[in-house]
Order: sequence, then structure tokens, then C-alpha cells
Amino acid sequence: MKVIVCVKQIPDPALPGELDPSTNTLKRDGKLILDESDSYGVEMALQLVDAAGGGEVALVSMAPNDEMSGMRTALAMGAAQGLLVSDSALAGSDALTTAKVLAAAVQRLGGADLVLAGTESSDGYTGTVPEQMAEALGLPSVTFAKKVTVDGSTLKVDRQTEAGYDEVTCPLPALVSVTAGVVEPRYPSFKGIMAAKSKPVETVTAADLGVTPVGWEGSGQTVASVEQAPAREAGTIIEDDGESFGKIVEYLETIKVI
Amino acid sequence: MGISNIWVFSQESNGTATSGTLELLTHARTLGGGVTAFVGGDASAIAGILGEYGATKVYATGDLGGALPGSAVASAMKAVIDGGDSPDLILFPQNYEGRDVMSRLSVKVDRTVLTNNVAVAVDGDTVTVTTPVFGGNTLVSTSFSGSAPYLASFRPKSFAAESASGAEAEVVAAPVPDLGSTGGATVTAVHVEESTGPKLDEADVVVSGGRGLGESDKFSMVDDLAKILNGAAGASRAIVDAGWVPYSMQVGQTGKVVKPNVYIAAGISGATQHMVGMKGAKNIIAINKDAEAPIFGVADLGIIGDVHKVLPKLIEALEGRG
Repeated sequence: MKVIVCVKQIPDPALPGELDPSTNTLKRDGKLILDESDSYGVEMALQLVDAAGGGEVALVSMAPNDEMSGMRTALAMGAAQGLLVSDSALAGSDALTTAKVLAAAVQRLGGADLVLAGTESSDGYTGTVPEQMAEALGLPSVTFAKKVTVDGSTLKVDRQTEAGYDEVTCPLPALVSVTAGVVEPRYPSFKGIMAAKSKPVETVTAADLGVTPVGWEGSGQTVASVEQAPAREAGTIIEDDGESFGKIVEYLETIKVI
Repeated sequence: MGISNIWVFSQESNGTATSGTLELLTHARTLGGGVTAFVGGDASAIAGILGEYGATKVYATGDLGGALPGSAVASAMKAVIDGGDSPDLILFPQNYEGRDVMSRLSVKVDRTVLTNNVAVAVDGDTVTVTTPVFGGNTLVSTSFSGSAPYLASFRPKSFAAESASGAEAEVVAAPVPDLGSTGGATVTAVHVEESTGPKLDEADVVVSGGRGLGESDKFSMVDDLAKILNGAAGASRAIVDAGWVPYSMQVGQTGKVVKPNVYIAAGISGATQHMVGMKGAKNIIAINKDAEAPIFGVADLGIIGDVHKVLPKLIEALEGRG
């Protein structure tokens, strides 16, 4: 079974995000790491290939500056190879362009029975790229999967809903976006980390994939303004002396909740 | 030319239009031009309320027969657009269905999407949407460039819902065309997580628990407090990911956005992605052991203390009042 996983390499979420004042887009020039949302996709892919009796997990990613350290993390987990689309022309690309680029990358790798992605990235959280990719690839899709199994050429998915979850079936090939917590991602072993260094990652440009226009020109949008939101101010903070519950009761009385 | 033809992707729940739908219809009315509702499913039960809230026409695909809405509804929308009724702007709710339909449509019409918005303004031909980033501290306003249709999705409770006392809207069939290879996903069973009490995103009082509770058993304190206050219980992402409570209780960026009268955060540190989901609450009470917890930056009343000590006493005191 061949599973292609989309992985995003993002600025470390532990650091505060910053907008580049000249473009009003997220600064991506620091260290980039594998988006935690995608570690679930990689793990899911590895488990499904295992359950199917063998195959391959391949990665696609779009990142600036030929960045592939996040992909190496996924390779260290057990993915076999990757295709990176890195191109300064892609700066300022919107979600639709990103989806077209990644879809073209998936087609270039070829042979996917299943394409996996997270539900939204942890930095941009637009949340549309996986479903846009499915449309671009002409695939059926199941988004927000909390459980995925493959039965021959049929997918069985538990799909999160507002009220609980639905059981969904879908024929392969298909695209699935997985929620956080769908599986427990493995920690790469030392052996895995060493092996990852020599696993192949091909780098291509948007032009190589025939996707145009890209970047600002293709984004269909311009940033009009960036403003600070009115701050919510803190009120009364007290240390519990055993009686603070009384203050809560008082407060609730004052606002007439009780 | 301006923006004269606005569609609102409209949804039904429990026999009536969702509150999100009514919020979007209300706001669409203020943007100028005609408002059309687009329903994935049978719209007969809600044509009345959609009309009341300002839709002059309702496109309905008819029952989807278990098909997931993304491909089905987007294809039906594309067919209407190709047939000559092309909207200038389509408003989608920021929820599972809304996201999927909008995503598929964006590829079909080759137009960008702007998501997670809390506001939209129209100035002549220009549509500008606003989204909060960096945990809600920064507001970015983005204008669509290029031609319509403009596709935008909105967070719940971005707008107030208000009846226009409009007449029932005319329902026009917008059948789902042949979906080819994209239509295979089918729902075979529906599971509804049982919950009593008010719905989390509609409750006046929300009591939420986080990792500070220590272990999943202790969530019962949150449940008990919510019950006494006739509120709903919520959770931080940390304890949902840990499996203590279902995802439907998650409050935050990737969970539900709530705007209750009172939000009580017990053992929640206030990660920005959580705060995005509850910063709009009128009154915020926080209990946390860590004086540096970011939640204290937004709390109206903050208690630096151990939830295991404060909550039981609070529950007891409230129970004692009868």
C-alpha cells in the first residue's frame, strides 16, 4: 500500500509568531519544524501500511529555503522518501495555490492509494488545503478522521462531527485529513534518525510542477490592515486562603447568576 | 456594480436553521443586495425561518442520501453558478461542513478562500474580511482581489442574529450532479454523544476544566459545578487530546467558540489557542495554581489556588444555597 502524507514545516509554535511588516505575512525565516498536526498523519500512514502487510509512506511538503528538517523528522519516524517544493516564487501563496502545488507534488510522486493530511496547520489554520487537494486530485475525501482503518480497497473512518461522530466508508484511492490524537505518534529511534539522513528528498520548483500563477500574484487577496485588538484587561486576582470560594459566590451574586 | 448577490451556506439542526446560519443571514442583509440561502439537503422545514431572517430564495440540493456534503454541495453550487446565477460573495460558517463545501467550491471556481473571519465589510466592489491571529491579539484585514465569487468563512457568534420578519423564501431545486470519482464517501452510521443541559456554544454559563485537574476522574467537579449553575461543561484541548472528555466539549481555536455570560476556567493555563475560544465571555473567573498563568490576564476574577481545594468548597457552598 502506498500512502502519501502532506507535512508542513512551521516556525516553532513555542516561539511567539511574528508578521513580516513589509508583507504582513507570517515570518518563516527562522527554524522550521514538523507541524505536530502532521506527526499524526505520518504515524497513521505508517500504521496503515503496516496493517496492509507492507508498502511505502512518502511525504510531500512545500517550504521556503529548501527547508527539509521537518521532513527528516517524518523520515526518521519511518517514511521512505519525500518531495519538497521550494521556490521563492511561492512566497505569499494562499491556501488554494498551496493545495494545487501539493496536489501536483502528489501526482508527481504517483501511485498513492491514500493521501493523508492534518485538518489544519498549527500556524496558519486556514483549514481548507486537504479538501482543496482532494478536489484538485479528483479524489473522494473524508475530513476530521478520528479513526481510520483500511479494509481491502475501502476506507472505514470515524469522522468527528459537532454532535459526536459519524461512521463513513469511502473507496480508495482517497484523501483523509486526521485530527490530533487519532493515533499516538512514535518517537523516532536513534536508528531512524540516522537512516533518515540518507533517505531521498527531491526538491522541485512550482514551475517544475507546472503550477502557475503562484505567490502573491496567484493569491487573490491583499492585506488591507493589521491592527492590535482591543485588549481585555485583567480584573481582581487573589491568592486562595481557603476562603476564596466565597469571593466566587459573591461575584456570581453580583452579576446575578445566582 | 457593487456586491448585489450574496449566498449564505445554510444549515439545519433539530428541525430548524442553526444559530450560525441566522447570524450570517442577518449580517448578509446589511451588506446590500439580495440574500440567497444554499442548503445541502431538504430545505422544506427551514424555508420559513430562512425567509424570516432575510433570504429571498433558497437553493436546496434535496436529501444527500448519506453522501458527505463537501463534494456534493460544492458541485450543486457550481452547477447553479454555471447555469447563470453567479453570486458575488458566499458566506460559510466555520464548521466541518462549511469548510469542506467552501474548499471544494474554491477549486471548482478557482478562487481563493479566506477563513476564520469575525467581520466582513463591503466598499463598492471591494470585500474585506477580518481575522484575529496570534491568539486574538492582532486583527488582520484582507481584501479579495480579482473577480467574484468571493468565498469567506466566519467563526460562530461573529454577528448577532436578528429576525427581519421576512416571508417564507421560495425553494429552488439545486440537484447534485454526477460527482464522478469525488463522490464516494458515505455516512453509514451517526453517533451522537449524549449530553444533558444547555449546549456548550449556547449556554449562559460555561465551566471548563484543564490539565490542572490532574486526572480524568476530577472532571466530575467541573460537571457538578456546571450542573449547579445550569451551565455547560467545557474542556481545554489538553484534556480532550488526553482522552478524558470528548472533542465536542473542547473550547478553543480548534474547538468551539463560546461567548457565555460567565466562563469559569478551572485548572486551565490559558494557552492562546484556548483563549481564542472564550475571550469573548462577558465574565471570566479563573482558578489556577500558577500565578503566571496567561488566563489571569483576561480573568475578571482570578483565584491563584488549587482547584482541588477551591472547587469542592465552591460546589458545597452553592449546593447549600438550595
